[in-house]
Amino acid sequence: MSINLLLVQALNGLQFGVLLFLMAAGLTLVFGIMNFINLAHGALYMFGAYFAALVYGATGSFLLALGAALLGMFILGLVLDAGGLSILHRRDHLDQVLATFGLLLFSNEFVRWAWGNAPLFMDTPLVLSNSIKVLGFNYPAYRFAIIAVGLSVALGLYWLIERTKIGMLIRAGASNREMVSALGVNIGWLNRFVFALGAALAGLAGAMVGPILSIQAGMGEPILVLTLVVIVIGGIGSIRGAFLGALIVGIVDTLGRVLLPIWLRQLFDASVANAAGPALASMVVYLLMVLVLAFKPDGLFPVKVRQQ
Amino acid sequence: MKKFQLQSITVACTIAFTSFFVHAQQTVKIGFVATMSGPAASLGQDMYDGFMLGLEHSGGKFGGATVEVFKEDDQLKPELGVQITSKLIERDKVDIVAGVTFSNVMMAMAKPLADSKAVFVGSNAGPAPLAGAQCNASFFFTSWQNDMQSEAVGKYAVDKGYKNVYLMAPNYQAGKDSVAGFKRYYKGAVSGEVYTTVNQPDYSAEIAQMQAAKPDALYVFYPGGMGVNFVKQMRQASLLGQIPLLSASTTDGSTLPALKETALGVISGTFWGPDFNNPASKKFVADFEKKFNRIPSQYAAQSYDSALLIDSALKKTGGRATDKGALVAALRVADFKSVRGNFKFNRNGFPIQDMHVFEVAKDNLDRVSLKTISTPLKNLSDPYVGDCPLK
Repeated sequence: MSINLLLVQALNGLQFGVLLFLMAAGLTLVFGIMNFINLAHGALYMFGAYFAALVYGATGSFLLALGAALLGMFILGLVLDAGGLSILHRRDHLDQVLATFGLLLFSNEFVRWAWGNAPLFMDTPLVLSNSIKVLGFNYPAYRFAIIAVGLSVALGLYWLIERTKIGMLIRAGASNREMVSALGVNIGWLNRFVFALGAALAGLAGAMVGPILSIQAGMGEPILVLTLVVIVIGGIGSIRGAFLGALIVGIVDTLGRVLLPIWLRQLFDASVANAAGPALASMVVYLLMVLVLAFKPDGLFPVKVRQQ
Repeated sequence: MKKFQLQSITVACTIAFTSFFVHAQQTVKIGFVATMSGPAASLGQDMYDGFMLGLEHSGGKFGGATVEVFKEDDQLKPELGVQITSKLIERDKVDIVAGVTFSNVMMAMAKPLADSKAVFVGSNAGPAPLAGAQCNASFFFTSWQNDMQSEAVGKYAVDKGYKNVYLMAPNYQAGKDSVAGFKRYYKGAVSGEVYTTVNQPDYSAEIAQMQAAKPDALYVFYPGGMGVNFVKQMRQASLLGQIPLLSASTTDGSTLPALKETALGVISGTFWGPDFNNPASKKFVADFEKKFNRIPSQYAAQSYDSALLIDSALKKTGGRATDKGALVAALRVADFKSVRGNFKFNRNGFPIQDMHVFEVAKDNLDRVSLKTISTPLKNLSDPYVGDCPLK
């Protein structure tokens, strides 16, 4: 395999990683700061894609569609939290998993009922519908847009968490809820904001994949599983961990898919390699997670907790 | 002597009574099984709509008998297919089981169907074992054996003079069968053979890999949502039009409504297209569009044919489905006007038919549809009929 091809594949991995980051950022904030496992995050991603597709279909403006997905999912996040999820914050993890998994199943059926079984389709915005030559390969311009959006979100979140008052409160709430609320901060509203922010980011991820993937019920589950892997590898609750974890998972998954079948073909005959390659490739990320859990159970980039 | 008289009178009465009873009843019960929920629901819906349109065109009756259709959704679950089969046969006492969308459900249903000696008229799934060693004299298929579509595309690649083809399919039985079917006719060089994870959403890495191999043409088998994603991503990489995209089950009635213009130029192979010029097909397409307001897919066409086939058989038996031997013999004759033109059953119950190649193109109403471009294989038999012990 030529070095150019390898670089293009790394670019594919980067793009996938950035997309995973949009999902993982919300999930890790909610999990790390509110100690709340939200499996319905996959449903929020799906709703984001549907919102965007509907608004795009009605207005023809991709920016409006992105805005609608962000704002719509932010509001939906607020409504969900106020409408019952906040009760679960203090329950144990099993209750949270059961309730949010139920919500995920409900959402899939709701989407089927509301928009039918056939997948929805979202056109690529015209300015981004072409491809750019990268090292001799046709690379879709839209994928560069995904990378750009993902990296700006990463920078924005860094600024929000590390450089603003709200971010300071969020960090403080994560390490000591009682003390923050004793200082007169409404921790309930702070959590609600974090939850809605996570929902908005999931919605943004859904909207961004709309032009690449088919938008259909159940589209959230596969990416939800990978997102959980990302936050476990990166370290739960850490935005930096989510970012680096997402890039690692994106690149490892993409390169594994490409390289493993090639290597196997050199070792075994074609039929064995063709059968085992894809199966092994889909395991690589999980093997990585097992290794990380075995040697660094807190993840590769855990939140630094000050010793008391 | 007296005893003998009494006996013969009883027998005579019984015969008279039974024939009267059968005559008065004249109802044929049909169990129609298809996948009508989940991501593949549009296939099952098209099958059901096509079948019901066929019933309507037969005057709402099959061979003069009143028809009762039991519509069942297998949810793409083989175990549910088995349950439905026994419910249909034991409780509803249906005369004919029809439909079935997916091969895995079909394989699970085949045994209970065979055990109860049921008459089966399938209109989509055509798994290899049922065409070969496990063929059954009372099973009929108005669709095609799975390999036939990819064989047509393989022959097309040969006709076009492609010397170097790249192959891609999901890593499961149907995907491997499809590649094997393609290679049965295409004997040129294969610059890559890639199997992706089933339901993989993103193909960016595989598409880059394929570009590096610089093939003359690309052959893929990506049914349903996988096809939508794959074709979209090929378009975004500006590769459609640059590298010919040959396919089976990828751009069909289930994905074209979502893909629309994105799929223009993609090549696929099957037995029928909505632009066919014979009277049966024209009538079917016109009435289907009037009734359902969409272009019928091949799945609707196959099932429409299955309804016409059942009607033709029951006409021969006088509307009676009680004599299974007579019904099966009448089905085998296949005396009906198929939307595909000529129709003949092979000894394994699969059709011997022409296979065509289509291009996604605008029709005369400016809608995205399938345009017939060639007929690479005429009177094609499926490759497994040799293993079928039936005469």
